[in-house]
Amino acid sequence: MPKRVETLVLHDSATPVIGDIQKGGSVVVTNSKTLLDVGLNQARAHALWPLTFGLACCAIEMMSTVAARFDLARFGSEAFRATPRQADVMIIAGRLSKKMAPVLRQIYDQMPEPKWVISMGACASSGGVYNNYAIVQGADQVVPVDIYVPGCPPSPDALMYGIIKLQNKMKMQAMKTNKQMSLIELKPRVIEKVEA
Amino acid sequence: MGFELMRDVAKPIISGFGITAKRLRREKATVQYPDERREQFPRTRWRHVLTRYDSGLERCIGCSLCAGACPARCIYVQAADNTDEARFSPGERFSERYEINMLRCIFCGYCQDACPTGAIVLRKDFELANYEREDFIYTKEMLLEPVRK
Repeated sequence: MPKRVETLVLHDSATPVIGDIQKGGSVVVTNSKTLLDVGLNQARAHALWPLTFGLACCAIEMMSTVAARFDLARFGSEAFRATPRQADVMIIAGRLSKKMAPVLRQIYDQMPEPKWVISMGACASSGGVYNNYAIVQGADQVVPVDIYVPGCPPSPDALMYGIIKLQNKMKMQAMKTNKQMSLIELKPRVIEKVEA
Repeated sequence: MGFELMRDVAKPIISGFGITAKRLRREKATVQYPDERREQFPRTRWRHVLTRYDSGLERCIGCSLCAGACPARCIYVQAADNTDEARFSPGERFSERYEINMLRCIFCGYCQDACPTGAIVLRKDFELANYEREDFIYTKEMLLEPVRK
C-alpha cells in the first residue's frame, strides 16, 4: 500500500498553503510582526460560524455533516447562524438560480469582514448538469469563492475536507511570503492513501 | 422546601446525567475524519481513473462514448492514431487528450457504463476540494493509472 507523506506545498507566492490535510499537532512560527495576525487567524479558523444557506439538495449533506456521525463541531463550526451578521463563512449548498443571485449577493454583503465562501457541489461551483437559462454557471460570478468542493452532492467527509482546506488557507493568510513562515512538526504523521 | 428542591431541581439533573452515563457505554458514532476514514460503500463513485491492461497499454481507445454519455458534458476526448513506433493502446486509436472538468462532473457513472473497454472507472478517492477553478480540469496525466511494476 503506498504511503503518502504530507509535505509543504506552495501553490503561489500570495497564499502559501500547507499540504492537503490539516496538520495534527504542528506549529507555525513567524516573525513577531505577523504574530498577532497568526493568532487571530488561528482563532478564526477554529471558530468558523457558517451561515444557514441551503439552496438545494446539497443542504441535506451539509446538515448531515453537522450531525453525530461526522460532527463538524470537532472543527469549531457547528454553530450555524440564521443571520448573516453573526456568520463568517457562507456555504453555498446547491444550485444558484438567477433569481436567487441578487439575494445571495445581498446576504454576502451583510456578512461582517473577514468572510469566506465555500462553493459546495457541482451546481454551485459550475452549474453542473443545469446548463440552462435559469441557473448561474458558477457562484463565483456573484461572490468571490475561496474553496470549491466538487461532488453531486459532496459526501459529508468531502465537505469536511473542504472545510479543513479552508482552515489551512485562513491560517496561512497572515504570511505573505514563504520567508515569513516556518513550520515545525511535533508529530509527523503518515497517512495511508485511500485505496479503491 | 427541601422536598420540593429535591423533586424539582436535583432529581431531573440526576436523571438527565443518568441518560448521559448510559449513552457513554455505547459505541461512538463519530468518525474521526482526518485521522480515520469511514469505509466507503461498495458502489461509491468518486474520482475517475483511466486504467491500463496488465501489459501496461492503456485501455482507452479514444472512442468518445463517455463524452457522449455524459449528462453534464464535462468530458473532452481527442483521439489520435496508434502507430507501430508509438503504441499506447491495443486498438487502432488512443486518446491523445482526455480531460474531465471535475467541477461540472456529477459522478453519475454513465461514462463507466458507456466505456466499451472498461477504461474509465470511478474510484473512491473523495478528497477533491481545491482553491482555484483551473485546478479542476483533470488532464490525462492526472487521470491515468501508473504502470504496475
